Amino acid sequence: MNFEEWVAKPLLADFGIKIPRGHVADNAACVKKQFQGPSVIKAQVPTGARGKAGGIKFASDASEAFEMAKNILAMSIDGHQVSRVLVEPHIDIRQELYVAILNDRTYRCPILLFSSSGGIDIEDTATNGIHSMASVHVNILEGLTLEMALSVLQGTILAKRHHHEVANNLVSLYQAYRSLDAELLEVNPLVISQDDEIIALDCKFTLDDSALKRQDWLSQQGSLDPLTELESEAQQAGLRLIEMDGNVGILANGAGLTMTTMDAVMHYGGQAANFLEIGGDAYTKAEKALIILLKHPHIKSLLVNFCGAFARTDVMTRGVVKAWKSLCPEIPIFFSIHGTGEEEAIDLVRDELGLDPFDSMDEAVLAAIEAARRGGEA
Amino acid sequence: MILRKRHRILVYGATGRQGTFWTREMINYGANVVGAVHPRKAGITHLGVPVYASATDMTSAFDVALMFVPPLSVKDAVIDACSAEPRLIVCLAEHIPSHDVMEMLAIANTYKVRLAGPNTAGIVTPGESFAGIMPAFNNRIFTPGSIGVISRSGSLGALACLNLTREGLGQSSFFGIGGDPIIGTTMREALELFDHDSRTSLIVLCGEIGGSSEEEAAEYAATMHKPVVAFVAGHAAPVGKKMGHAGAIINPNQGSYTSKYRHLEEAGVAVAKVPSELPHLVSSALPAHQPP
Repeated sequence: MNFEEWVAKPLLADFGIKIPRGHVADNAACVKKQFQGPSVIKAQVPTGARGKAGGIKFASDASEAFEMAKNILAMSIDGHQVSRVLVEPHIDIRQELYVAILNDRTYRCPILLFSSSGGIDIEDTATNGIHSMASVHVNILEGLTLEMALSVLQGTILAKRHHHEVANNLVSLYQAYRSLDAELLEVNPLVISQDDEIIALDCKFTLDDSALKRQDWLSQQGSLDPLTELESEAQQAGLRLIEMDGNVGILANGAGLTMTTMDAVMHYGGQAANFLEIGGDAYTKAEKALIILLKHPHIKSLLVNFCGAFARTDVMTRGVVKAWKSLCPEIPIFFSIHGTGEEEAIDLVRDELGLDPFDSMDEAVLAAIEAARRGGEA
Repeated sequence: MILRKRHRILVYGATGRQGTFWTREMINYGANVVGAVHPRKAGITHLGVPVYASATDMTSAFDVALMFVPPLSVKDAVIDACSAEPRLIVCLAEHIPSHDVMEMLAIANTYKVRLAGPNTAGIVTPGESFAGIMPAFNNRIFTPGSIGVISRSGSLGALACLNLTREGLGQSSFFGIGGDPIIGTTMREALELFDHDSRTSLIVLCGEIGGSSEEEAAEYAATMHKPVVAFVAGHAAPVGKKMGHAGAIINPNQGSYTSKYRHLEEAGVAVAKVPSELPHLVSSALPAHQPP
């Protein structure tokens, strides 16, 4: 889950990191009314590269602030409609730094990244590659010590007199990263002001979705993924649905098998209409899943591909058969069923729907593509 | 270590509904289940094995700890198991917070204990033993042989084994490494295990989009004598969407199908376009003097 800057930055303040005193506005008139001197006006969207998209502007007077806020509030950045701006007093900057702490998938521990030249040009650096960065891997059982933070700063272009204060900020940031179950906590820029204050001017925070349960308060503050109507309906039912442009509907169990089914549809010249997975604990939700999927307007044929382990194919197939018989859709359905409970599942399809599941996934895929091509006639 | 019949298995959470179902399947299959752990059910016997409050209460040693434990309790269970220094801990749960996983791994590392998962479907050695939630007992999917199978996904792993078995290509073991972004045994490490396993003559990798585990495995595969064949799921997946697994997401600069495909091919690994191509690629790559 991602967080907009105006939500994320105050979280840093809780750990002793200084942030500018700003306010959030959802209309330009409000920005004008509350104007108190040279300010920066920033679009609030859960994505990087706002600066380059023109979503961050400096205003020197109230009428300029009004115009800029109006423009920014009309923008859409990376598919996110801007509905709020953050207005902060202008700060005279001596130096811009880049700091991030994230989960390193390869080394399987936290990694701290630091650069003494932060700012707009390295937006998304943490995800783009880390060469040119000072970095240190952190033993999660010991945490980031002040000494480690200081050692990261060695050799960077940062005046010695700032080392201690910046290192303290790194330690605070690490504490925030740990307490917030962050996947990524990035401050770009962390600035040294002309008054020699260290201030976080931005913050990008991604919360680990697996930690949502124990970060209950935070989970209410995050930005929701832009979902289609059907995708949100699926989400409410505890299912992961991704709508796509094709016409072959897919219902499979397990993330890997579902992706593979989509791949096979593409490989044989068809186009998948969706990703929808009912593996893991969701295997009991086949009926609900199918009811939602059948609302997808482009589906001309349905491919049910089960290779059950934990997800019992008899339980899933019973759900499919129930939904199918109650909705009586006018498109053809094709099955390939293997794994736990397969005998019973195959019998169900034969007895209840009068259909023979295909012996292999490939045959079922080919049949579903062909039927979709013919416009959904069996 | 790849699971053998002699390996003694301690099952955490064996008394729950799913734990009971799968532990029973394991015992019926011939897995050497020596006990179960539940903090509040110590002293009873379940499925014919004693239940302990903690691994430290066991008087005999065990080789493998299998976790049927809810995500937010796994860390404590792993710490408990580590204190008895088994060789392997298999962690099935999905949705364990990544910080917990990193802590678990750091702890397991200090005890020199290997962790498989989290979010794995387990390990199967056909005809001998299994630990997890795979349909080991289905002989149309699993059959003994010399192919080592590694998969991030349980369902795709089962499909790959089904395709192999159908063509008479049995498996030495199936190793589910898990679909999470941070896992205890990486694809590269699992590949090393099979490379050093004398019963394995060829390895099938079932990868998927997200992260760089296939690229790292390819680097190792290039140094191996044993042939490696692969399939990578997610060619049709859109960028920036989590495809069911927490680890299966294409970022602008990492995790794409193309990168994985290219790295594997450059390492001399034959990559199947669909899983049904695997048996043919495996048969062509197998050393002629070693029939499967």
